[in-house]
Formats: sequence, C-alpha cells, structure tokens
Amino acid sequence: MSVINAVTCPICGCLCDDIEITVVENEVVKVKNGCAVCEAKYLGYKSEHRISHPLIRKNDKLVPVSMDEAVHKAAEILANANYPILYGWSSTNCEAQRIGVELAEEVGGVLDNTAVVCHGPSLMGTQEAGIPTSTLGQIRHRADLIIYWGCDPWSAHPRHLERYTSFTEGRFEDSEWKSYINKVKAAAGRKKLLSAQRVSPKKQEISVAESVVFNKPPETLQKEGRKLVVIDVRKSMTAEMADYFIQVEPNKDYELMQAMRAMVKDQDLDVDQVAGVPMEYLKEVVDTLINCKFGVVFFGMGLTQSAGKFRNIEVAISLVRDLNLRTKFVIMPMRGHFNVSGANIVFAWQSGYAFGIDFSLGYPRYNPGETTSMDVLLRGESDAALVIASDPAATFPKRAIQNLVKHPLIVIDPHMNPTAMLGDVVFPSAFVGIEVEGTAYRMDNVPLPLKKVVDPPKGVISDEELLKKILEEVRIIKAQETKNKTEGA
Amino acid sequence: MMQQKLHVTLLTGRTIEQGVGKEYGKSSPEYFEACSMVYMDAEDMKKIGVKNGAKVLVTTPNGSVVLKAVKHPRGSMSGLIYIPYGLWANSIVSNATTSIGMPSFKGTPAEVEAAPDQPILSMRELLKKEFGR
Repeated sequence: MSVINAVTCPICGCLCDDIEITVVENEVVKVKNGCAVCEAKYLGYKSEHRISHPLIRKNDKLVPVSMDEAVHKAAEILANANYPILYGWSSTNCEAQRIGVELAEEVGGVLDNTAVVCHGPSLMGTQEAGIPTSTLGQIRHRADLIIYWGCDPWSAHPRHLERYTSFTEGRFEDSEWKSYINKVKAAAGRKKLLSAQRVSPKKQEISVAESVVFNKPPETLQKEGRKLVVIDVRKSMTAEMADYFIQVEPNKDYELMQAMRAMVKDQDLDVDQVAGVPMEYLKEVVDTLINCKFGVVFFGMGLTQSAGKFRNIEVAISLVRDLNLRTKFVIMPMRGHFNVSGANIVFAWQSGYAFGIDFSLGYPRYNPGETTSMDVLLRGESDAALVIASDPAATFPKRAIQNLVKHPLIVIDPHMNPTAMLGDVVFPSAFVGIEVEGTAYRMDNVPLPLKKVVDPPKGVISDEELLKKILEEVRIIKAQETKNKTEGA
Repeated sequence: MMQQKLHVTLLTGRTIEQGVGKEYGKSSPEYFEACSMVYMDAEDMKKIGVKNGAKVLVTTPNGSVVLKAVKHPRGSMSGLIYIPYGLWANSIVSNATTSIGMPSFKGTPAEVEAAPDQPILSMRELLKKEFGR
C-alpha cells in the first residue's frame, strides 16, 4: 500500500492539488480531500466503461483490431481529408495538446477545443475588452466580496468556495464557514418551530410577473468581512449559501450589468426595475460593490450561453473596469474542464489563437462563426474528424453530431462515451492525471503538474504517444503520395 | 384550470449528479438518472397536471424528448425549465450560434406537456434514433 500526497485532481478548472490517494496493487482504493466528482473519477476510472482495445467499425459494428491497423486507418482518414476537424483537447495534458497543433498543421484542418461550447465567448470578450484579473491565491487571501454570476460552483466546481473564496481562511480575510453553519442552524430551528406550532404558510398564487423572487438586501451586506453574492436565473445550490441572491430574468444579464455600470458612475436611471430587480435594491448592491476592499466576479455559462454571449462578457469586464476607478476589482471565468485553459494557452502559444483555428490555407486563421468547429459542423463542411479527450456527442446540439457522423470519425478517449460509440476508429487512452503525468493550467492560468498514481492497463498508451504515432503515419502516407505524384508526372 | 401545454424558457446546465455520473461512465445508470430529467417549478407542474417524478414531453423547434419531471428544490423558477447537460438536452437545444460558435444552450423557448405513456429513451436508444448508430 502506498499513500500519494499532493495529487492534482484532473476534473475541473479548480485543479485542487491537495488530494491524497491510497494505492494498493496498482489500484486506487481511497481518495481523501476530494469532492464527489473527484471520488467518482478516481474510484471509477477502471470501470467496465473503459475501452481496452483499439476498435474499427466494420459492418456497422466496432471490432477490436491491432494498434498498428487502427493507427494506419486513422492516419489514412486524416491524410486524405480535405477539411478535417480536430476537436476536444481539454481533458488531456499540454504535452498532448502541443502534438495536436502539429497534427492540425500537417493535415490542414480546423483545430478547436471545448472552449467553443464553454468559455469561447469569454475569450472573445477578453479580446474585445482586456481582462483585469489575478491568481486564485490573491483572491483567497484578500477578496472581501465574492460574486458568482451565472455559475453554480457548488455543482460544477464543488471545492471552489472551500479552497479559493468564501470558506477559506485567507491571510487578510477570514473564512465565513462558521457564520454559514449558524445561518443553516437558525433556518432549521425556524422550520422546526413552525412545524411545532403547526402553522402552515399561507398559500399564495404566484403570477408570472411576481415569479422573479427578490428579497431586500440584508444589512450584513454593508458590514465588514467576506460577503457572497450570487446572481443567477434560478436559485442554485450556491445561491442558497449566499449572503444575497439576485434572481435575474433570463437573457437580461446584459441589461442588469449596463444598469450597474451607470450606477457605479453615479448616473441616475429613470426606471423602477432592471431585469426584474427593483432599483432601490440594486442601488444597495452597487454600494456594496463600491465599498468593498477587494471584489471579484466569477462568471460561468449563465453569461456565455444565453442571449448576448460574448457581449455579456465584454460588458462584465467593462463593469469591473469601471469598478476599478472606485475600488479594487477582478474578474475570472469559471473554466470547466481541468485543462481547457491549457488548451487555449498551448494553441495560442503555437498558432496565435486560443480556439477555432483553421489551418486549411496552410497558415492559422481565426474567425469565430466561420472557423469554429460548431459552425463548420452545422454547415456540414467538414469531411472527417478526430475527437480527443472530450465528448461532443453529449455536449453538441444533435444537428452538429448528425453531420459529424456522416464522415469518418476518429475518437481517442479512456471511456466508451457516446462519441466513441458513434466512432469509426476508436482508440483507448490512459487517464491523464491518474495514469499519465503532465502539465495542466488552472482557471487562473497557473500551470500545475499532474501526477501519475497508477500504471495504465496493458497496451493502453497516453494521448501524447498515440498522437505522435498518428502524426508519424500521416507524414509517411503524405510523403508516399507526393512521391507517387512526382513519379506519375 | 389545467393546461395542455406550458410555454417555458429552456435552460440547460450542470448539476453535481451529472458531474458524478459522467465520471462513473456515460453508460452508467447514475448518468442516465442524472441527465434524463428536467427541473420544473412546482406551480408550473400543477398547471399541466404533472406530479413529481412523472414523465413530460419537452418540445422545441429542434425536436422533442421525454424526460422525468422533478420539482425544483429551491425557490421559484416559474416559466423556466432546467435540463442537465447531456444527450437528452442536446436533442432539443437550439443550433443558433449567432455566428460565434456557441449554440444558445440557455434561454430559448420550449413547450412542456404531460407524457405519461411515452418512454424515456436510454442512451443507446437515443443514439440509434438521432444518429442511426
């Protein structure tokens, strides 16, 4: 038995690096410090859903083949394609991503990562407005106002509050954990009292206009200490923990932020409410924003996937920029996959662009809407695809996938996920961060090392090694084709 | 009065159960349970005569899917429905990328109606139906 300390968890953009893994006979038996998702990954990685052999579709069935045969088939598909898509990259290490850029350049297709359906709009918003940001360490030690806008870390980044924001003991700011527990106890007490008195709350008809529940901001919002504000269209788990929850009408975040910008600049707005939020309450919230010492806005899919998309991000950044004229404020996207930030960084470092890169003209081009994989798929322009370390069949609208499966599809993944089930050539790969080491970038763009805690199953190699093999084979096929052409001429 | 159909705004997003299910493996029963459901407002459910755990048909211009209706546990979300990310949500979400690569996964119109006699498709059945594989 061996206990491995300070393991970096390869799941979400938090990259918690304090996980303790107990290994017995090359198998993970215990996970300490991790969240529910972390445990599920470390204890479930060897499940029956694992792919054990390379597979090729023959007579509409995936049949096991040798590694060489699968590599040759995949290389043939890519070398002969006019406009292949190379998509995914966010759940693998930077080392594999680098080979991916090389492969994309060689085959001349579209190289894209999962940011396209995640924080692609945030990258575009950043390109429009710049980004005043910091590392999570700064936030942990200094932030006294934490805003989660359109994101639910309790569900998507379960340890974010505990490690980086409200419930962490910072050098200059205390954890709010105890006061939260007291609040929960008080609420439970009130509920008990009510049921003891057998007082049932009066039933009221809720009209659509009243549906946006809005309570007066609590007095604690203006007090010292760490404060948590959540802005969302529904009361999420994180919203329940917040000192103050603002329920915004769907698709109206842009309006709300523009109104807040005006108020930060002391401009009067002649309206009663904005996006379902009464003006008098909004004023109190804006006062809290201005009066904090170090504020931070974390934002998620609530902004990037609803109306406005990248314009929402641009205006959120502008709001933070305006707030910096009054106090200190930073903003950060809540990155999903553990190394989607790494994919953006590696792609930008190698090609100049973070996502949606088109190599078909022999040089990198980036034009969201044209060169983004989603649009290429919806227009039905691609003629082959390689999907690695992601699962578009479970994340893309069905029409995009209907077009994806019309052409040869190569899938590289440890698990038999829906995309692999639809694939024509399927490769097993080793779990990065469990069976393979490497580098990953946290959501604040800090690179962290991933550890190898167990050996991969026999015959299963890493994404990096596999991509190198495919790249080498593509080069051999292309060289042969060039030779045949010159001889023919 | 009971309505036949309810016009709502569709949201898709993450839940912790979906996160755990995807790590167990997408063929796992955990993933199926976590993704083949829809959170609805309790009042909205009454309007179309749907009880907690009953089946509903959600329809958008892009398709329709049968899901298990679950009462949203916190606060009001009248006029909204929330489906966890996954194959079931993807069979009805909007394709509109507004020319920036990102489909409108949140905030698009949908209709909900009771569907007591229709089955919730498994992942394999859904793949077969939508993609023929």
